[in-house]
Amino acid sequence: MLTVKGLEAYYGNIRALKGIDLDVKEGSIVTIIGANGAGKTTTMKAISGLLNPRNGSIQFMGQDITGLRPDQRVSMGISLVPEGRAILSGMSVLENLEMGAYHRNDQEVKQDLENVMDRFPILRERIHQAGGTLSGGQQQMLAIARALMARPKLLLLDEPSMGLAPLIVADIFKIIQEINQEGTTVLLVEQNVKQALKIADYAYVLETGKIVTSGTADELLDDSRVVEAYLGGGHSS
Amino acid sequence: MNWQQVINGLTIGSIYSIVALGYTLVFGVLQILNMAHGEIFMMGAFIGLMMVVKFQAPLPVAFLAAVLVTAILGYLLERFALRPLRGKAGVSHLAPLISTIGVSIFLENLAHHWFGAETHPFPVSFATISYQIGGVKISLVQLTIFIISITLMVGLSLWLSRTKAGTALRATAENIETASLLGVNTQKIITLTVVIASVMGGIAGVLVGMAFNAVSPQMGLEIGLKGLAIIILGGMGNIKGAMVGGLILGMTEVMSVAFGYSGYRDAIAFLMIIVILLIRPQGLFGQSAPQVRK
Ligand SMILES: Nc1ncnc2c1ncn2[C@@H]1O[C@H](COP(=O)(O)OP(=O)(O)OP(=O)(O)O)[C@@H](O)[C@H]1O
Ligand SMILES: [Mg+2]
Repeated sequence: MLTVKGLEAYYGNIRALKGIDLDVKEGSIVTIIGANGAGKTTTMKAISGLLNPRNGSIQFMGQDITGLRPDQRVSMGISLVPEGRAILSGMSVLENLEMGAYHRNDQEVKQDLENVMDRFPILRERIHQAGGTLSGGQQQMLAIARALMARPKLLLLDEPSMGLAPLIVADIFKIIQEINQEGTTVLLVEQNVKQALKIADYAYVLETGKIVTSGTADELLDDSRVVEAYLGGGHSS
Repeated sequence: MNWQQVINGLTIGSIYSIVALGYTLVFGVLQILNMAHGEIFMMGAFIGLMMVVKFQAPLPVAFLAAVLVTAILGYLLERFALRPLRGKAGVSHLAPLISTIGVSIFLENLAHHWFGAETHPFPVSFATISYQIGGVKISLVQLTIFIISITLMVGLSLWLSRTKAGTALRATAENIETASLLGVNTQKIITLTVVIASVMGGIAGVLVGMAFNAVSPQMGLEIGLKGLAIIILGGMGNIKGAMVGGLILGMTEVMSVAFGYSGYRDAIAFLMIIVILLIRPQGLFGQSAPQVRK
């Protein structure tokens, strides 16, 4: 569904991505793990169109989307829930959700609104509250709900569990799994490696702008290097 | 204070509000002070005037022409003075300020060249008609100005809060990157914003021409400074602040004349703005924390 080839990205002279190849199969959950500064967010920005790569190509459903604007990619079915959620804090929860469906003109937007509020009942309770006044966990739910309003074929999630309490983290991962089972392909960036590998079909390990390993979740769990670097050392997440 | 002055103050103030809305829209979306706004306003006034004087066109046609020309000017301003500077590495954030100053000088010179340096009267066919309500006299010109300004303000507010495009504009103003991730073509919204702001300036130009019976190439500078003062008074990028701020400035001006300080009209008005800002530095409706671009 998504094929990334030789992706290279720069911030000024800093080479943040040094040629990345990725493949995301339709219907799967793929995760990218890696330490701080590895280039995970940069990769997501390039796939969503926020950042123009210097080299490489991005193909989505057989089409080259490398030069397209973010809004064009949204119309094609790629939605990003960015790192830090990016809630429109001055706008109400309802307006945030409606903005999620901005590119749609079909009659089912109302129904989808009901559906996401059923999935996240807290949003129904807070529907007229300003987005910026929600708690961190609520904002994360709003960000995911808002992305779902676009009816994405491919949902990009950049560290959805960041800064959330363990109970809510479990919730979020469960919801991601549900969304996937309903037919949305998911590309997930996570530092919560244990949880991510639990729900993912395939995983890539990113280190300083390069993919160093990849494999099915089970393969990576058997890889002593991965376990040591991201799961071991008494550091449980 | 009497009702006559209130009416006069609100009439002038409502035009100021329209001018300030143009500034605040562009600032809200682009974080740029559009220094050419006053001159686009002046161009609107001249286009309206030319339609009335040269072509004997009725007032609605004069407004329509002003709208059309200022819309085009707004588009050109965005396309050639703002867009090339946007998102480029190494461009100072002051660059758009300077380029809009360049456009303002260009437009003022153009007006000098085409229309001459002198002040032109703005003939309105119904200038002598007025109504007596209680002890208050309202001229038809005032009434026209008031109705047009209020319609514009209410219309803009409704458009921003109720329509998809208006909501997209607000989203773009809050965070341009997020808006684009939600499917908004932010370039289109930016162009639309500058065009709408310019059209509001153009309409205000014709209204000021009618209100003061005077149009000149220099009129953009004075109104431009007032517009800037109003958006600082109201809170940068704040729609409500621009509307209320304009009315406050208009009232203050009329009051200072009424109390016999006509020579100090502008000084008193700006003094009042300074006093308000000392009490509320963020402006009347501004957030207490400075709004930073996300
Ligand atoms: N706007 C920027 N300007 C300059 N350098 C940047 C910028 N954004 C990221 N970088 C650099 O690019 C590299 C990759 O950053 P990126 O944000 O993609 O990392 P990440 O894997 O998402 O990290 P984290 O887990 O901390 O979110 C880092 O070295 C970072 O310092
Ligand atoms: Mg990141």
